Amino acid sequence: MGAPLYEIRRQGRGLRATVLLAVAGGMVLPIVAGLGQTLKAAFGLFPALGHDRLSVGPWRMLFELPGFWTSLRLSVVTGLGSTLIALILAIAVAATVQGRIPARRGARLLAPYLAAPHAAMAIGFAFLLAPSGWIARALALPLGWARPPDLVTVNDPHGLILILGLVVKEMPFLLLVTLSALSQVDARRLRAVGAALGYAPGMAWIKIVLPLVWPLIRLPVYVVLAYGLSTVDMAIILGPSNPPTLAVAVARWYGDPDPAMFLPASAGAILQGAVVIAAIAALWLGERVVARLALSWLRRGGRGHGAGPVLGLLTGTAMLLLMAGAAAMVSLVLWSFAWRWPFPALWPESWSLRAWFAPGSGLGRALANTLLIALVATALSLTLAVAWLEGEDRAGLGRAGWAEGLIYLPLLVPQIGFLYGLHVVFLSTGAMTGLAAVIWAQGLFVFPYVMIALSDPWRALDPRLIRAAEALGAGPWRRLFAVKLPVLLQPLLTAAAVGVAVSVAQYLPTLFLGAGRVPTLTTEAVTLSSGSDRRVTGAYATLQAVLPFACYTLAFLVPALLYRNRRDLSGAQ
Amino acid sequence: MALDITRLSIRHRGGAALFDPLTLHVAPGTIATVMGPSGIGKSTLLDAIGGHLAPDFALAGEVWLNGKDICRLRPEDRHIGLIFQDALLFPHLSVADNLAFGLPQYLRGRTARRAAVAAALEKAGLAGLGDRDPATLSGGQKARAALMRTLLSEPAALLLDEPFSKLDDDLRTEIRRFTFDHIRARDIPALLVTHDRGDAESAGGTVVGLGQGNPA
Repeated sequence: MGAPLYEIRRQGRGLRATVLLAVAGGMVLPIVAGLGQTLKAAFGLFPALGHDRLSVGPWRMLFELPGFWTSLRLSVVTGLGSTLIALILAIAVAATVQGRIPARRGARLLAPYLAAPHAAMAIGFAFLLAPSGWIARALALPLGWARPPDLVTVNDPHGLILILGLVVKEMPFLLLVTLSALSQVDARRLRAVGAALGYAPGMAWIKIVLPLVWPLIRLPVYVVLAYGLSTVDMAIILGPSNPPTLAVAVARWYGDPDPAMFLPASAGAILQGAVVIAAIAALWLGERVVARLALSWLRRGGRGHGAGPVLGLLTGTAMLLLMAGAAAMVSLVLWSFAWRWPFPALWPESWSLRAWFAPGSGLGRALANTLLIALVATALSLTLAVAWLEGEDRAGLGRAGWAEGLIYLPLLVPQIGFLYGLHVVFLSTGAMTGLAAVIWAQGLFVFPYVMIALSDPWRALDPRLIRAAEALGAGPWRRLFAVKLPVLLQPLLTAAAVGVAVSVAQYLPTLFLGAGRVPTLTTEAVTLSSGSDRRVTGAYATLQAVLPFACYTLAFLVPALLYRNRRDLSGAQ
Repeated sequence: MALDITRLSIRHRGGAALFDPLTLHVAPGTIATVMGPSGIGKSTLLDAIGGHLAPDFALAGEVWLNGKDICRLRPEDRHIGLIFQDALLFPHLSVADNLAFGLPQYLRGRTARRAAVAAALEKAGLAGLGDRDPATLSGGQKARAALMRTLLSEPAALLLDEPFSKLDDDLRTEIRRFTFDHIRARDIPALLVTHDRGDAESAGGTVVGLGQGNPA
């Protein structure tokens, strides 16, 4: 023996400690503090209003509020329903198109649906489906309608339109996630094996590929479910208004002029969190049951040659919904430039820029606020994400499960469960107000998406490239700034574009933390959507949708331009 | 100016050693060859010597370079050059900037640094290609550029990880001669990992086989 033993030292301790501190202090602490505040108020503790005894009074108040039980039912039905429908459709489409459309092109086709903010999509959808919307206009000629039909479509009391809107927005996301998971399981070859055993292509996909893909898309499905159950902006625009879904009801109670409503509102917010947890648990259980049942179905060995029509029908439905989504976005733009557009006409009779340049409409201020918040929140998030990933590299560590969970935490906890509480904490401690508080709150949701967008490309970087730099004498910082970041310019910009898109779409954080005094395109669009001039609403929603598009375009153009003489990096392979 | 490896062994944390302890003396200007079945850890051995070993490995033994134990040094401080199967030129830099990346700090002034790069390009038969996108070079040009980039960083030793295995036969002979000539001219020790007997013969130095279960 006698030969010395060398431990390979993990490096970048300082960096990792800083990142951990920033995540714990900037992300986990606010969420916990906000949740804690909400929880205390839900059980009667709110000293500022003289409530200092633990009680279940707020819950009793909550249960007796008019429409509460309907709101609860609506939330569960719309959230679960939209998620299941979106999931089934996404799986059907993936099973049908896989191998026929290259994954890259699929991603490009879906990108606009992902980039469009929820509120903009919902407003466009409302324009499309309203009794005086495009669909009614298209039907007017054959059916001989001279004026808009007397039907309740948007804001229907059962939340059907809300379900439809959520499906249109979430199905493309689930489809994209599924398609990208496919590249990790060698789906092409598996399907070939299935085909060789006599399985119809779609059935081979569902029986062989799907069980492998599911673990990879489970977390995104949970995120979609949590969003569907607790969305506020889409539910205000498309959902029933009296009573509304639970999340909207809670937001309204929080905004009630009677400060005593704060207590039942907090109980409602906690309940909202419980609903999400229960629904995720139910989905998890359902997964076990389906897995059990599906096994015997699998063992029966049906080749699925009769399943083609079902799959075809589902895929057709999905395509129809995607087209409706596209039409919704187009109708936003049309309305913002339309002037005279009488009912059965399919096209405006005259055009105007008045909606865009109306003095005092606040469009400019909302745009400025939106841009400032988005840029700062994205810059902070991107810096933290790079620091996190670089810390992992230096330590030579993979990501622990708890760290992955930490990233997803803000996406799974319902916003309404902690944001108002956080607002109260900020107010009572005087920590932050106005714009800074809004940026902070939005960062909580921007960071996870930036991190998710950047992680895979970061890890896909050839480690030998970094070793080559090491061997040439480049230290850790030079490796980061002179090799990694320039080579990863395209994914970095894409992650930034994702960050901006997420920030622009935020509604509740802006509303609550800004105390209603920081108008952005989203808050204004949602407010205007209830019965204001369609042209002005259209202008806000169009601008809201254009910002993310512009950023994605830049993320594509800048590397192409900067690296036009660098074939491996220009993205034009 | 020699590379001395004494009873070097590597194991996974909590696992068995990858190969039997290795002892090897590589004199300056010579190229020692390490051969062995695939998967035994030849590349991991080079990682260990170069300082690029992942933290889930443990390393026992000693590596001395020019009379210094380098095992505790960071990779960027070891002055050990690395040549891979692929050229791994930085895709965002021009050919000339790739070469300049490794130039030592003490060489000061734009003109002097550019002159050093131009001279190296000239030596590698790449004169006039400095502004090119590395992706547009041919396989042989990339290999020569990669070697020049490494040599410009003035390494005290060189590690070659199957550097010729992706080249076709004609090119292989040419690049091999080019590489070995430069190593001998620099008078630095080099360690070559390969599958190819021809590489080992052409290297003309000690040949050791990595094995398992033969206590040394």
